[in-house]
Amino acid sequence: MKPIDLKNQIRARKRYDALFGVLGLLALMIGVLTFCALFADMAIKGMGRVDWDFFTSFPSRHPGQAGILSAWVGSTLVMLVTAFFAVPLGVAAGVYLEEYARKNWVTDLIEINITNLAGVPSIVYGLLALGLFVYQFGFGQSILSAGLTLALLILPVVIVATREAIRSIPQAIREGSYALGATQWQTVRYHILPYSSAGILTGIIIGMARAIGETAPIITIGALTFIAFLPPAPVSAQPPFLSFEWLVSPFTVMPIQMFNWTSRPEAAFQVNAAAAGFVLVIMTLAMNGLAIWLRYRLRRNIKW
Amino acid sequence: MLFLAALVSVFTTVGIVTILVKESVVFFEQVSIVDFLTDTQWTPLFDDAHFGIMVLLSGTLTSSLVALAIAIPLGTVIAIYLSEFAPFKLREIAKPFLELLGGVPTIVYGYFALLFVTPLLQRIYPGLPGFNLLSAGIVMGIMIIPYVASISEDAMRAVPMSLREGSYAMGATRLQTALRVVFPAAFSGVAAAYILGISRAVGETMILAVAAGMQPNLTFNPLEPAATITAYIVQVALGDLPHGSVGFQTIFAAGLTLMLITLIFNIAGHLLRKRFRETY
Repeated sequence: MKPIDLKNQIRARKRYDALFGVLGLLALMIGVLTFCALFADMAIKGMGRVDWDFFTSFPSRHPGQAGILSAWVGSTLVMLVTAFFAVPLGVAAGVYLEEYARKNWVTDLIEINITNLAGVPSIVYGLLALGLFVYQFGFGQSILSAGLTLALLILPVVIVATREAIRSIPQAIREGSYALGATQWQTVRYHILPYSSAGILTGIIIGMARAIGETAPIITIGALTFIAFLPPAPVSAQPPFLSFEWLVSPFTVMPIQMFNWTSRPEAAFQVNAAAAGFVLVIMTLAMNGLAIWLRYRLRRNIKW
Repeated sequence: MLFLAALVSVFTTVGIVTILVKESVVFFEQVSIVDFLTDTQWTPLFDDAHFGIMVLLSGTLTSSLVALAIAIPLGTVIAIYLSEFAPFKLREIAKPFLELLGGVPTIVYGYFALLFVTPLLQRIYPGLPGFNLLSAGIVMGIMIIPYVASISEDAMRAVPMSLREGSYAMGATRLQTALRVVFPAAFSGVAAAYILGISRAVGETMILAVAAGMQPNLTFNPLEPAATITAYIVQVALGDLPHGSVGFQTIFAAGLTLMLITLIFNIAGHLLRKRFRETY
């Protein structure tokens, strides 16, 4: 090879190198720009509808008066049920797998299971809930059924986050605790759980953000799309003060309300869909953002 | 107690399989499995009922292929760029941003596909129907990019620095190193990312239910409207068919098919990832 050829070759390779740098940046920009387009499109179309009335009105046949009151109340109540089941179960399972489980085939089975469950399409969870909660257990198309479904759906997320948080605690902490005569449970209760709580919280927030945006499984259990009433209030002035009737009440949630409006042909309803979508995206972004920020702070502050 | 909590995940799987199989058995008592697999019509709600799952599979396949045609090249380029080219600061910003992109609810993507991307495509190609697999597929692809990019990037970052340094010492450019050394070394991890992307695409529901129409249609042309397995389940769940009727049982048979397809991909992805973890 003549020296002049070699020089050209090197120049060409360097050019390809720079070219790929540009290509990579472009590809990244496509992702970022799409997101900006999505957000801007919804903000421009929906902003005009997002006001106090929008949050305090029921859905209506008249698009101008329709609001998301029943949707956000429904979402909040479903999230309460989801958190009530998913958080203790997920954290307990995570602690068990990291701290207590022996290395045997049962543990392997559970681990493979969790990995697999994380990959099951959400609509399949909906079918499970339809067969099990709605028909078998007779919970009906209620807030309880929906909350349980979403709890199962985000369980793998909570378990994996818990395990990762626990795994990052150095062994020396445990040994120190045992050396002072603590039992295994005391070690978990006073050392492992407090030190991993920020990491676990991150996982819970990400899981809840996912649950709040899930539509498919809730449609599958047959949640109504037109609900112009609120579930019975959980707290009342008369004895027995607390009522759990809201658990079995029919409901709607934010993503279903949005789906309903999106699939209407009238443009005015689609504006409502944009407004609901805008609120929904802000909510999930805020939750995910909080989780990412928490994790970032965690990485900086931890010095074992 | 803690052990029982961990077992809940096993119960969930057992529950899913039991429910799907049990309800599908009711369905297959009335419809032969040969018809289910070979019929070319899907009209479970008509008097002249046909149950050819191929019709729904074609919709699922076509939309997934469109999505993958977007997500795999873009996701791979982004992963290589972030892992080998991008300055540290850009990566620190881009990674969380990609995560945020993955956290947007799918119904919002569906809205975006129907009311933003489809009108945009119609300007380029005026004959495009309002519901079509193309725009749903494109948006689905964009939705999957974060998954593909993030898992592939993790795989590439796990390749030991010494391999790169060896390559640079031989006078290779960054691009040569990335394509000929890092990418092949990380390939099983990257392949796992692709497979997880495929399984996401196959199981995606709301984008297709909103933007691709719910008309069963045996087609491989992305410009047409068609129903996927997932969209069909949503359609039946929205309707008011009584529990126990054949029409209603179809969704469990469809769900079982979906579950089996994603299970195959998930297991393949799991095995590949395990192999890549053991390499270094």
